[in-house]
Amino acid sequence: MSKVGNSVLSNFIEIRGMSFSRGDRLIFNDIDVDIPRGKVTSIMGPSGTGKTTLLRLIGAQLKPQKGSITVDGQDFLSLKRKELYIAREKMGMLFQSGALFSDLTVFENVAFPLRVHTQLPEDMIRDIVLMKLHAVGLRGARDLMPSELSGGMTRRIALARTIVLDPALVMYDEPFAGQDPIAMGVLVQLIRLLNDALGMTSVLVSHDVSEALSISDHVCIIADGKVIGQGAPSYLKEKGSPLVKQFLQGLPDGPVPFHYPASDYRSDLLSGSESAKLFT
Amino acid sequence: MLNYLRNLGRLAIHTVSVLGRSGVFLAQSLIGVPDVRNGFPLLLKQLYAVGVLSLVIIVVSGLFIGMVLGLQGYNLLVDYGSEQAIGQMVALTLVRELGPVVTGLLFAGRAGSALTAEIGLMKATEQLTSMEMMGVDPLRRIIAPRLWAGFISMPLLAMIFSVVGIWGGMLVGVDWLGVYEGSFWANMQSSVSFQDDVLNGVIKSIVFGFVCTWIAVFQGYDSVPTSEGISVATTKTVVYSSLAVLGLDFVLTAVMFTAF
Repeated sequence: MSKVGNSVLSNFIEIRGMSFSRGDRLIFNDIDVDIPRGKVTSIMGPSGTGKTTLLRLIGAQLKPQKGSITVDGQDFLSLKRKELYIAREKMGMLFQSGALFSDLTVFENVAFPLRVHTQLPEDMIRDIVLMKLHAVGLRGARDLMPSELSGGMTRRIALARTIVLDPALVMYDEPFAGQDPIAMGVLVQLIRLLNDALGMTSVLVSHDVSEALSISDHVCIIADGKVIGQGAPSYLKEKGSPLVKQFLQGLPDGPVPFHYPASDYRSDLLSGSESAKLFT
Repeated sequence: MLNYLRNLGRLAIHTVSVLGRSGVFLAQSLIGVPDVRNGFPLLLKQLYAVGVLSLVIIVVSGLFIGMVLGLQGYNLLVDYGSEQAIGQMVALTLVRELGPVVTGLLFAGRAGSALTAEIGLMKATEQLTSMEMMGVDPLRRIIAPRLWAGFISMPLLAMIFSVVGIWGGMLVGVDWLGVYEGSFWANMQSSVSFQDDVLNGVIKSIVFGFVCTWIAVFQGYDSVPTSEGISVATTKTVVYSSLAVLGLDFVLTAVMFTAF
């Protein structure tokens, strides 16, 4: 349990009793999630379970209908618009698309948060940007435009921009999606290294079970609007529910069935044509 | 019947909701002007994109419309031996009506559609969302400079349109058809009132600029972030802006130029 007011809080993010729905569709039903401070936490689950939505809820881009979200001891849901923008300065988010500003060079993209949020002199901005670009191995690409970058490079530049203000929390939305093995390996290594070197808290949404588990200290698995498992990767692999095990092992059939609900296969085949069915 | 009523109700709720959203959006954008250090370069950049880049279409259109007015006016007035009044006719038509209205329509097509497409694409590529997550308010950083650039550019463009149009009318009337130059300018000077005609025309162009830019940035910001959504939003911008310009022109003309 965290202790607000004290500098040492065990959980950087605490979500309690949160429910969120879009229209009639209930996405989260009374969930509790803990994101430990200084660790890499993976949020996993089948497609369409709302993992990216959870990141947006943490960033207060969406508001839940019920429950509370506390980030670093601060109740994000009670913040006013201006306070929220100030609070977001200590968090960064890496988007699946990279979301680089297409009219700015790589250098200017990374320098953007510094120019907006700080009064640093130009030579210091230059040094910081080059250090961050060097950390992701793309110092040489500083003059390129986003349209000239490959998918992997875009993701790394976006990562450099995300960490340029040394945020306390970085959220990664599907960082490995669509990456070749080399780019994926580089990103996996970078996420772990940056987390440890900068003392950040990292939240990772990913479908790539093996890559995500290899760098995660904590895993939270979501399915059907509920948290079905939460804990260390080794614990979940050994003692998780059948659904958790099915997801982590990538088994095609199990609690999440391979087949969409349908009538008996044999009787369906023998029942005649589809057009005949329309008239019965 | 029940379905008809239900659909009508749904449409009404949707319309009110969009109007409410666009009102809140406008208020937040206007209040949240960036500070001078960050905001002024952004405003200058948008003034160039929205205003300067629209100059060519405005100047060329103004010239041709002025020339057509000169030609049509001459053919009409010469039958009554009043071709000297051509300067008055061209100037009043342009300053009171065609200047603000045609500039508004051209502005919606050239600058409005570009604003919507740009903002819509920024939304589709998550640039606006990433800005929010960086603690930068996109309404202040992206929307406010574009809104102000539209408000400032449109009256200036309308004035340029009218000036070039009058010059086009003079080219045709005086240089080509031989109307006496002194009569052309003297009639114009004696009949065009600064307060009643020029100022009212400027007020019209300020209103059109405000409405067209508001529609354009809101449609972009509120668009569905897909290629189809951006296409729909761009079309809506041009259609809504054109209708708004024509409808408001009637209202403003009725208020400004009708003696009740």
